[in-house]
Amino acid sequence: MTAAGRGHDEDVWVDDEAGPVVRPYAMTRGRTRPVRGTFDLISMVVATRNPPAADAGPGLEHLPPEQQAIVRRCREPLSVAEISAHLNLPLGTVRVMLGDLLDAGLIRIHDPGPADQPHSRLYEALIDGLRQL
Amino acid sequence: MVYANSDGTDPADPVPTAVKILVAGGFGVGKTTLVTSVSESAPLRTEEVLSSESVGVDDLSGVEAKETTTVAMDFGRITISDSLVLYLFGTPGQDRFRFMWDELALGALGAVVLADTRRLADSWPSIDYFESDGTPFIVAVNCFEGARRYELDEVQLALDLDPEVPVVLCDARQRQSGKDVLIALVQHAHRVRGGGLN
Repeated sequence: MTAAGRGHDEDVWVDDEAGPVVRPYAMTRGRTRPVRGTFDLISMVVATRNPPAADAGPGLEHLPPEQQAIVRRCREPLSVAEISAHLNLPLGTVRVMLGDLLDAGLIRIHDPGPADQPHSRLYEALIDGLRQL
Repeated sequence: MVYANSDGTDPADPVPTAVKILVAGGFGVGKTTLVTSVSESAPLRTEEVLSSESVGVDDLSGVEAKETTTVAMDFGRITISDSLVLYLFGTPGQDRFRFMWDELALGALGAVVLADTRRLADSWPSIDYFESDGTPFIVAVNCFEGARRYELDEVQLALDLDPEVPVVLCDARQRQSGKDVLIALVQHAHRVRGGGLN
């Protein structure tokens, strides 16, 4: 364990799909920063291919179970925050794993647009959508 | 990044545009209640594990012995359409996590500051924050049972708000009321940003 993982004494429970319960920084081999990408809370993540539902599909077996779980969940676009919540993993851990997956070409990222640019269509779509809920 | 849409939504892209609204206010004012009442599922929770270096060194009361600490954020999702998703984030209330707000506020469309008229001062820190960082916000007075129904202009005065900042009444438990609050915020943000008043 590297210095980055030292002192992390809170167990984080993960569901069956995410694999064995291990400390978050063990999953990232002690890294606290992703190799690529910044990953806003609402950056949308989508898998670049569709593995069969029964397993992680060819080409994913070499991945750690948590990364396989991310790829499986992201067959439908999910935000970084949702991935963290669904896998019950801290954001920092998820970001490191997303960096690896991005680097491997297994996911693509759709970053949010700048909110300070006025786009009337966006505001109108939001208001109409909220009214129709 | 190259995948970001330039104009909000793009029906040809299977990945929806994501928009974020913050729900702030004092402890126990109903932030998670509001997120829950308008979101499409039970509130989700995400956590950030922070090392001691990233937490302000001046105010670590109670966490001195820990090398890491965890900040939890409750949030919800509203799927507006195939191409547009709205996320509502409750802000972590603890003062020592205020720096987390910088990440939350970055790129946010706007913020709802929930206020309780029995503890109006609890909403000052949130109002101060959004005033100084320029995030469009409205104040939503959560009408707790038994609380005196203040006139909205009284609240506006008591909070020393810019007259442009809308103040609305709401019941955070009611879905329709929560929707009305969000619509009021989006309209205000559109005015502020589209009208060049920022």
